[in-house]
Amino acid sequence: MENTARITEKRTATAWKKPVSYNLQKKTRPTEAIIQAFLLFCGVVSILTTLGIVLELGKEAWLFFGDPEISVISFLTGTEWQPKIGKFGVLPLLNSTLITSVIAIVVALPLGIATAMFLSEYASPKMRSILKPILEVLAGVPTVVYGYFALTFMTPLLRGIFGSQNVDVYNMASAGLVMGIMILPLISSMSEDALSAVPRSLREAAYGLGATRLETALQVVLPAALSGIIAAFIIGVSRAVGETMIVAIAAGSGPNFTFNPFNAAETMTGYIARISGGDLSYNTPDYNSIFAIGLLLFLITFGLNILSRAISRRFREVYE
Amino acid sequence: MEDMNQPSKYVIETRGLNIFYGDFQAVKDISLQFERNRITAIIGPSGCGKSTVLRAFNRMNDFVPSAHATGEVLYHDQNINHPSVDAVQLRRLIGMVFQKPNPFPKSIYDNIAWGAKMNGFRGNTDDLVEETLRQAALWNEVKDNLKKSALALSGGQQQRLCIARALAVRPEIILMDEPCSALDPIATLKIEDLMRELSQNYTIIIVTHNMQQAARASDYTSFFTMDTDRAGIMVEYNETSLIFTKPKDQRTEDYITGRFG
Amino acid sequence: MNPMKPKTFGSNQEMQDAEKNFLYRRHQRARLAQSVFQLTTLLAVIFLATLLVTVVNKSMGYVVVENKVNPATLSDRPLSELNNTELAQILRENLRKNRVRTLERTGFLEDQSQSTLVQLVEAEIIQPEVVESYNLFPSLINRSKIKADAAVSYPNAKVEFRYWLNGVFLINSMASQPELAGVRSALLGSLQLILITILTAFPIGVGAAIYLEEYASHKSRINRLIQTNIDNLAGVPSIVYGILGLALFVRALQPFTSGALFGVDGQNGRTILSAGLTMALLILPILIINAQEAIRSVPDSLRQASYGLGATRWQTIWHHVLPGAMPGILTGTILAISRAIGETAPLIVVGASTFITSDPTGPFSSFTALPIQIYNWTTRPQPAFQHIAAAAILVLLIALLSLNAVAILLRNRFAKRV
Ligand SMILES: Nc1ncnc2c1ncn2[C@@H]1O[C@H](COP(=O)(O)OP(=O)(O)OP(=O)(O)O)[C@@H](O)[C@H]1O
Ligand SMILES: [Mg+2]
Repeated sequence: MENTARITEKRTATAWKKPVSYNLQKKTRPTEAIIQAFLLFCGVVSILTTLGIVLELGKEAWLFFGDPEISVISFLTGTEWQPKIGKFGVLPLLNSTLITSVIAIVVALPLGIATAMFLSEYASPKMRSILKPILEVLAGVPTVVYGYFALTFMTPLLRGIFGSQNVDVYNMASAGLVMGIMILPLISSMSEDALSAVPRSLREAAYGLGATRLETALQVVLPAALSGIIAAFIIGVSRAVGETMIVAIAAGSGPNFTFNPFNAAETMTGYIARISGGDLSYNTPDYNSIFAIGLLLFLITFGLNILSRAISRRFREVYE
Repeated sequence: MEDMNQPSKYVIETRGLNIFYGDFQAVKDISLQFERNRITAIIGPSGCGKSTVLRAFNRMNDFVPSAHATGEVLYHDQNINHPSVDAVQLRRLIGMVFQKPNPFPKSIYDNIAWGAKMNGFRGNTDDLVEETLRQAALWNEVKDNLKKSALALSGGQQQRLCIARALAVRPEIILMDEPCSALDPIATLKIEDLMRELSQNYTIIIVTHNMQQAARASDYTSFFTMDTDRAGIMVEYNETSLIFTKPKDQRTEDYITGRFG
Repeated sequence: MNPMKPKTFGSNQEMQDAEKNFLYRRHQRARLAQSVFQLTTLLAVIFLATLLVTVVNKSMGYVVVENKVNPATLSDRPLSELNNTELAQILRENLRKNRVRTLERTGFLEDQSQSTLVQLVEAEIIQPEVVESYNLFPSLINRSKIKADAAVSYPNAKVEFRYWLNGVFLINSMASQPELAGVRSALLGSLQLILITILTAFPIGVGAAIYLEEYASHKSRINRLIQTNIDNLAGVPSIVYGILGLALFVRALQPFTSGALFGVDGQNGRTILSAGLTMALLILPILIINAQEAIRSVPDSLRQASYGLGATRWQTIWHHVLPGAMPGILTGTILAISRAIGETAPLIVVGASTFITSDPTGPFSSFTALPIQIYNWTTRPQPAFQHIAAAAILVLLIALLSLNAVAILLRNRFAKRV
């Protein structure tokens, strides 16, 4: 300590001095400004993307509906989709999208919630550390692989169980079931987040009243986490509606207005994939139709996402 | 602008300073002057706005979106909240040491060199590092492994490193916000000695909860408390010896004798 | 009687029994429910196992191969030992003149590499055909029966065990016969596409994350709009991005994406560049959200220390925030990339070709990609294509697993440092 002062004296001359000026006048820092402008641009790209989607889809859809033969009403209510004879009713496509999605949700929602329940209320940390990566892998499998799985495993299985005369080679049930497996990890992880966000004190209150673990989980934790789980459910629906590859591979091609899940029927996404897979020429009704359907798809899923976010935000506010 | 040869007596002066977080007024009508090359302590109960005031001196409150201030903070007679003031340059002139030691996750050497280089230092970095570490009374402990991660140092050493780091950019003033609250008594004493040493060349403003520390280490003491709206107000400001022996205000006396309630 | 008195059962003993019974039933229910939860969770594991087993099962097994021409009649030595002249000789003798002329359009047969010539002899003359193929499990269980059946039905055929995922599969390109088709051009296509995706999405994504976390005031309306918008974009179906890519990159920006602007003789915008940019838009929201989280995890005390020394915002970010956040950002980027590698639908829409036999030659060439190949082969009716689809799926899954292993390593290193 004692030598500090000496050193200070000796050295300050060699090193650098205290500031010579107290001038605080703002400096111009062009690099800072340029960088900030670039970063702002990066942030705005996402807005541009959304605008791009809305404008491009809207523009082409406008051209599509601009055809005097096609009206929005007949598009939304028509039960026949046959571009060759000028029939553009989206209901057959929408119908099979809904059927496959409902099947998927019927599989994924109960399984997902039960899995979340097990992971958050019952599983030991060790068990969680094994199960969560497995769910992550399941979530990371590309959907084209799920499509392959549907066609080479699920479809033969269904045909074996229900008889190949009853089940088409391409059918909505197979696609829907496999889609359920695909969204199961999504629903379970979102639900688990919701369950574990429920404060510990609430559980302890229930235990303190003599409730069993099940009673606590079902009657206290689950209701408290309900809006989070509803948000998970909605996101799950949105994913199912937008899923393409599984239905393109396993649900069949060709619009078909049927309620029998064992029949082949093309979904909205499947139609877009099939039509754009061929050599598509611009400005044909075919080309424009994928934009009209794409716009419908975008509106449905974007709406669902916003709804889900609104619900989960409300849920988060309760516990903050 | 000032001539360095005839520096004004006060390096920092506040006039009627009010600071708000959103609608909440954290401090009310603070007027203080800080003398060159003196140590001034700010004491007061928790939540009375000591840190808030200290952070107003180098505009660290800019990073709290809800914070805004009225009144004046003068640095060599320039209002630092004036739009034409460069906050970056201001912070280079008014350094800060934080309550919790916060070294960068780099080597000891780089911790010191970085700030100086960034501020335009082009001399011999090795000399600068050695000199600054000696000033901070850390040199003997770390001279053999300057390339070691700063995070591997003890809390007290980390805090002295943070002081050294602040010294390396050659500030005029050093703000210290409870620099010893995370340290043991021996490390605390080391830092107090260091402050004394530094006060030959630097103006130091320190916030502390430790009454003995204020009494031991500072030349002036300012006592803050909260009024009925929970806004911080300044009660008394005087030479340290007077504050601790003949406080003028009953509240000051209650506080320093531990009868605060 | 006091109305406030709790209801009691007839006798004390009865009451105790009833209570015990009640409690017993509650516990029983709790145990039952626990096993149900456990079983459903196990289902997820079973699903994953089934999926993998299905793919592996299809990716190897016995095949019955029938050659159109017996190689022994072409030469008394194995083909691989013949030199170029001999191989070319065999081709000239066994193929029609027209075919030889087509093959020689780019140069004399003799000038081709030996392995190319062997491939040509196999594809053009020998034409091995898988007439019967079996999955792995039947192959293991019914080995002798398969051999016996083959001997009866195809007396000239050979029964061999085939790993559909083999060296030749990796270095061959697309072909019309499944036994000669490979993933080479698809792998290269995927690789180049991902490269473009990373180069575009990484700087923009990290930039946006920095902007939102370090510059934007969280109150301002435009910034809240950007944030909400990013969150919602993350949920837009991938095929919608494909449609956007088709309209924007393939069509509107055709001069750029086809390379015409750069003097490249591109015919249309259905290029690797368009696909890579589309994919970049697709992973951008995921990348931004992950990077934001990583940046948020850098302790504020570091920023304060840096600003306290008189650093500017960008100096603080560049020297302290980004280095601290980088492992997290990289992990997030890898996860986003694994998403891009497996995405199929947008590629179909922006016009990946399914039948490409040559390697992609850069950003302006037409292309195919691994998932596109899988899709294409899956939808073919001949069973042999299902086997090579399975082999391609294995390639894809192995690539994804290795990427994720890297991500986990990064994450662990990150966790240790903090
Ligand atoms: N970022 C912030 N946002 C809103 N209010 C704040 C913020 N920081 C401080 N405050 C409030 O301002 C008042 C003064 O806080 P400050 O940290 O300045 O007190 P302090 O005197 O330093 O207390 P301590 O001795 O505990 O450090 C407190 O009521 C505190 O709650
Ligand atoms: Mg404080």
